[in-house]
Parts: sequence; C-alpha cells; structure tokens
Amino acid sequence: MEALIAVAIGVLTGSGVYLMLRARTFPVLLGLTLLSYAVNLFLFVSGRIVVASAPLTDQELAGYPDPIPQALVLTAIVIGFGMTALLVVLALRAIRDTGGDHVDGGER
Amino acid sequence: MTHLVILPVLLPLVAGSLLLLAARLGDAARRAIGLAATLGLLPLALLLLDRVADGTYVVYSLGDWAPPFGIVLVADRLAAVMLLLTAIVALASLVYAGAGDDTRGPQYHALFQFQLLGINGAFLTGDLFNLFVFFEVLLIASYALLLHGLGAQRVGAAMHVVVLNLIGSALFLFAVGTLYGVTGTLNFADLARVMPLLGPDVAPLARSGALLLLGVFALKAALLPLGFWLPRAYAAATGATAALFAVLTKVGVYAILRVYPLVFGSEAGEVANVAAAWVLPVALVTLAFGALGVLAARTLRTSAGWMVVYSVGTVLVAVGLFSEAGYAAAVYYTAHSTLASAALFLVSDLIARQRVVGGDRFEVVDAMPHGMMLGTLFFVTAVTIAGLPPLSGFVGKLLVLQAASAAPGAVASWSVLLVAALVVIVAVARAGSALFWRTATEAPAGPAPALDGRSVGAIGGLLACIVGLVAWGGAATSHAWSTARQLADPSGYVAAVLGTDASVHEQRRSLR
Repeated sequence: MEALIAVAIGVLTGSGVYLMLRARTFPVLLGLTLLSYAVNLFLFVSGRIVVASAPLTDQELAGYPDPIPQALVLTAIVIGFGMTALLVVLALRAIRDTGGDHVDGGER
Repeated sequence: MTHLVILPVLLPLVAGSLLLLAARLGDAARRAIGLAATLGLLPLALLLLDRVADGTYVVYSLGDWAPPFGIVLVADRLAAVMLLLTAIVALASLVYAGAGDDTRGPQYHALFQFQLLGINGAFLTGDLFNLFVFFEVLLIASYALLLHGLGAQRVGAAMHVVVLNLIGSALFLFAVGTLYGVTGTLNFADLARVMPLLGPDVAPLARSGALLLLGVFALKAALLPLGFWLPRAYAAATGATAALFAVLTKVGVYAILRVYPLVFGSEAGEVANVAAAWVLPVALVTLAFGALGVLAARTLRTSAGWMVVYSVGTVLVAVGLFSEAGYAAAVYYTAHSTLASAALFLVSDLIARQRVVGGDRFEVVDAMPHGMMLGTLFFVTAVTIAGLPPLSGFVGKLLVLQAASAAPGAVASWSVLLVAALVVIVAVARAGSALFWRTATEAPAGPAPALDGRSVGAIGGLLACIVGLVAWGGAATSHAWSTARQLADPSGYVAAVLGTDASVHEQRRSLR
C-alpha cells in the first residue's frame, strides 16, 4: 500500500513538473493540476496509512486514521480548485489580450 | 477586549463582504466604506501594539479550543509592528487610489479589503496551516489587484506571478505534510516543543521539510534566484497596488523571522539552525543583484521594483545573522524599507502620469510639469531609499552593518552591503537627473494634468512616517531591540501558547 501510494505521488509530481515546463498555458495548467493532486495525496497520507479501521477514534481498536490531514486536504482541495479556476480565466484573458497562448504572452 | 486580536482580521472581512454586496452603490460610497475600514485598522494596530509593549503574548483561541488542538492567533511585538506598518501603507495606498485608479475596474475596494484580511491574518496566525490559508487569501486578492485595469502587459506579468505562486503553494503543502508527518502538529509553539525531541531517524525528514518551507518563503519574499518575477509584475501594477505590494514581500520576510528562530532555533536538537547556512549567502546575492537591477532599469517603475528586491536582500542579511542584533536591525529596516518602497512606487506613478510624453522612461523629453513639487517628493524618497543621512535608510543600514560586524563573514557582508549601497546611490542620482534636469526644453510643453491633493497627500503621509522613524528613532530602535529579544528567546512564546500545564501534551501523546 505504501509503495503504491508513493509511486502514484511520484508519477503525478513527475508528470506535473514535465507539463509545467511547457511553453503554452494549457499544458502548464494541466501540470499544476497534476501537481495539486500529488500534493493532496501526500497530505492525506502524512497522517499514516491506516486500513480497515474505525474512521475516528475507537478505544477498542489499536489504530485509527488521523483526522487532521483529512481536514487539511479538504481545505487544500478547495483552495486549489479556486486557484485553478482563476488561472483558467487568466489564460483565456491572456489569449484575448496578447493574441496567443504562450506563457510569455503572444504567439512566439 | 479579549477579542482585540481577531479584529484586524474580522474588520477587512466584514468590510470586504459589505463592499461586494454594495456593488451597486456609487464610487464615492464604496470609497468611503473602504477608507473607513482601512482607517479603522490603524487604532486597532496601535491598541494591539500597546497591549504587547510590555512583552506579553496575547493568545486568542478560536472557538475556545485549547491549543494545540484548535486554531490560535498570537500577537507579539513583531506581529503588532507589522500590523501597524500594513495599516499605514494600506491607508496611503487607498487614499492614492481614491484619486481615480480605483474606478478602472470593478470591485477594487472589496479586493483591497480581502488583501488586507490575508496580510493581517498571516501576521497573526500561530499555526503553519493557517499561514498557508492566509497566504492563499492574500495571493488570490493580489492576483486580482495586479490585473486591475487589465492590458496586455499586466496580464502577461500576472501569468508568471500566478503560475509561480501556485507552484509555491504546492511546495508549501509538501512542506506542511512532511512536518506534520514527522511531528504530528502544525501549531508553531507545539512544533517548537516537539522539534528537540525528534530522533536521528526522522530528523532528515524534518530538515527537508524546513528547507522546503524556506524555499517557499524565499519565493514570497522574492529572494534570488526565485525573485525574477517581481520587478516586472510590480512595474506593471497600478501605482497604488504596487505600493500595497511593498508589504507583500515583507510577509515572506516575516514568515522566515517567525518560523525559523522559534521552531528551528538553536534549541531544536537535530534540526537546530537549519536555515542559518542558507539565508545569509542568498540574501547577499539578492542584495547585489537587486542593486544591479536598479542600475540597469530603464524606467522608474522597474527600478522601484528592483529596489524592493534590493531592500528584501538587505533585510534578510540582517535576518540571516540569526542573532539578537540581526533581528533588531531587520525589524527596523523592514519598517523603513516598506514605507520607502511604497512611497517610491507612488512617486513613480505620479511622475509617469504627469510626464505626458516620456512617462517614467529615462529619456530626454520636455521639462517635468510641477517640477518643484514632484522633485521634492522624489528627492526625499530617493534620499531615504538610498540610505543617505539624515533619514531612516541611513539608520537602518547602520544597524544592519553593526549587526553584521559581530558575525563571522563580516568582511563579505560589509563589502557587498557598502558597494551595493553605492550602486544604488548612483542609480537613484542618475534617475533623478534624467527625469528632472536633462530636459529638451526649459518649461513644460503643454498643460499637464493638475496634481491631485490626495496623491500628494498620500505620498506626504508616508514620507512623514519615514521622518517620524528618525525623529523618534530612540523609541523605534528600542522597540526593535525588545522585539529582537522576544524573537531570540522562543520559550516565552511556547509557554504563552501551550501554557505550562503538561497534561494536555500527555493526553495528546496517548491519543496518537
């Protein structure tokens, strides 16, 4: 389980970084989205991976998932969503104002 | 007044929401609401400054959840000073914007209040994750303010700022996750308590989290090599917005000053002084590069943008010493440089407006209209920012030099600081003579736009504060020193937030 999630985070981050290094706004946007998925997964597992256990605390059972990272992930998802929406609007505006979707503006 | 601490966050929140609802009201009404709310921050900051003046930490637990479980706001001397500084700069910037900038796009005043909400929250929060949240609040407002008025240049600059800061936010969360995974807490005080207890097996993880966090703060503070986005973006923003942004980079400086001495200070066991090897060299490079940028700039606004990079470099040289004298110099220089940068942005904007032909470009055109008035404003600002006596830049630089002389590597710090200061003096003198003296005609060619009293008043107010920083220099430096003592001794902070009662920690440990 740990290995699987670690690989998933790694692949998401790697693809995200690759896409962010492109020169057009759309791939950059996708790259940022992938990176934020990786971040959310990472935050989620920072409270340790617990399988088949009570969702909150249970005196009978030994382990329980830490609720704080779950709350953090929710906040991070909401913020990430808002930021992505803003970037989409900004990218569209840049096409209109600078006449191209290059990250430095214009067509190139 | 137990709720005093949260008011600097609530007031802009309420005012901003009201302004969103009041979209149909006229410009004058919205301007009045915005000004009233911003003016209200001033007495709040002063009251808070008075409350913490004797060295107490005012801790406010939201919903009365005991720390480290709940969210806390903490006001100490540093936070109170930064709040006061924000209130002053915000007021000047909003008064300046009232001269016409605020009507160039919708919702300027609401965004301005949300920007203040984010900044004040970041200064008051006692929790790493809330620092992230308030960073995002201030960033999303700053993107919108940067775009205010639109135009290809602004949109292009905003694209870089937004993408870079989104990457910064992702790294911030990686750092938060790492630190939480290692320590099981995000409360600053609790982190400071847990750090010395870390074993050597998890210390490398904590160290990487700490350095990742430093990278994020460096991006916000525009430290090189992460600061190249700043000059273009600040030059593209409207003058009033750029003046407010002078505070934004200082939020990054504040975050470094808050987190590293407290959490990763000399008592942090395996991760002690993790940032010490990095901040000073990077700050020196930033300082040198910023000075060169000021010299190379071809417009006054770009040179003002580089001036921000230069001043951040100087502040972080002081911070990077991680000594009491360094903190004191950093606090004083932060106050000075925020006011001076804001004034410079406003003066540049005013000059660009008045000079009908040349704008703020350094080229030979007709003589400057209102030359006497603008010249005086520019001269006073330039003297301050170049660090010449008798104004606050000189005192600030002296404090930084004094602090650096006691630390190892003093020769390198002194030579970079002094040479960079010389370069900046040359650059500022060149800018002034290019704009005011080397003119094609003796008198202005055509009728220039009239000088708005509000614009001049806003700049005059900032310059008066700078003069005050020297006239009451004794009080200012003694406050800076007491702030530094508070920063250098993190045990007071930990005790104030967590209390001396150990049962809470035991309870928490048994839960994990």
